[in-house]
Amino acid sequence: MSLGSTPSQTIGPFFSHALPWKDGQYVVPEGTAGAFWLRGRVVDGAGEPVPDALLETWQADPDGRYDADFRGFARCPTDDDGQYAILTVKPGPVPGPDGRLQAPHLAMSVFARGLLVRLVTRVYFADEAAANEVDPVLADIPEPARATLVARHAQDGYTFDVRLQGENETVFFAV
Amino acid sequence: MDPPVYWPDYKSNVLRAPKRALATFPSTSTELTGPLLGDSLVGPLDYDLTRQHAGEPLGERIIVHGKVVDASGRPLRNTLIEVWQANSAGRYPHHIDQHPAPLDPNFTGVGRCLTGDDGSYRFVTVRPGAYPWRNHDNAWRPAHIHFSLFGRAFTHRLITQMYFPGDPLFDQDPIFNSVRDPAARARMVSAFDLSETVPEWALAFRYDVVLGQTPMEDT
Repeated sequence: MSLGSTPSQTIGPFFSHALPWKDGQYVVPEGTAGAFWLRGRVVDGAGEPVPDALLETWQADPDGRYDADFRGFARCPTDDDGQYAILTVKPGPVPGPDGRLQAPHLAMSVFARGLLVRLVTRVYFADEAAANEVDPVLADIPEPARATLVARHAQDGYTFDVRLQGENETVFFAV
Repeated sequence: MDPPVYWPDYKSNVLRAPKRALATFPSTSTELTGPLLGDSLVGPLDYDLTRQHAGEPLGERIIVHGKVVDASGRPLRNTLIEVWQANSAGRYPHHIDQHPAPLDPNFTGVGRCLTGDDGSYRFVTVRPGAYPWRNHDNAWRPAHIHFSLFGRAFTHRLITQMYFPGDPLFDQDPIFNSVRDPAARARMVSAFDLSETVPEWALAFRYDVVLGQTPMEDT
């Protein structure tokens, strides 16, 4: 038996009183060893900030395990400037489709007014160049698009912008 | 099955839809696992949107219930469902919503619950009103309740809208009609359910949710 799935619809403009959680942007509590801020901005095809997006991330723990003891999940709405921030730790490498290890990464979902489906991307890390080089998912994405998937170093962590459309459009995946 | 990424009938989509085709890769453990959320997020009365304030909200009290299953029909148990909706006059308590309909001091319109062992869930709320928006001339959204679901895997994650049977606004709504397959569109419409309707108290609507694409739809 295979049932038809329930289709996706937009999150709409009116969710900021409903979906954000108090600790939503904290994958780990402040003060956790190795914790850093992943910050960025969501912009549209005109380069304007998207102030009504909701980002979610999902990741393994630092040992590369998807484990019930580690929430691994963050949710953060964008602010008036389209910015978000998530406090997390770097995940360990997890197995890929062929058994080889994938480079450390977060899965990211983007919901926003105007989007009828969730957009899915991945956040890799600039300081994992050797692992990124052999990552099976990244390997299929040619430069310069590949660079949109790699978070850059910043003062208190990493920067990862999401460009929904246009020049340097972020790579999004069908899942 | 899902709406297309680019759907310009919905004006807000035009500058936000990516232009490049979505990239594909075989699902890995990242996609086949997902967060287990809920215990700390759900209060005992969060399922009842009519009991969050000192008084009862105005409007037609309704029960919304159903089952959450995966594409093979297996119940998805202990998974978080979040809902949010306009009040019976069609107004959200959100600073952006300024259309001339009254707020209800007894209705926030936000609920949460976890599914039971058989994937079932139940909310008590009031029937939301239709409301105008500026997408096109004389545009009105059909009455709907927003649903957010997690299921068991990152691939299950879904945000959708539950509609009410026979809504006269369906034909002119670009969001509802962004789902091109009529059978898939019908899966977003709840069914009136006399068997769960509580005499002298509330009408019931049944809304079952199927999470996850079937392999055939992946092609």
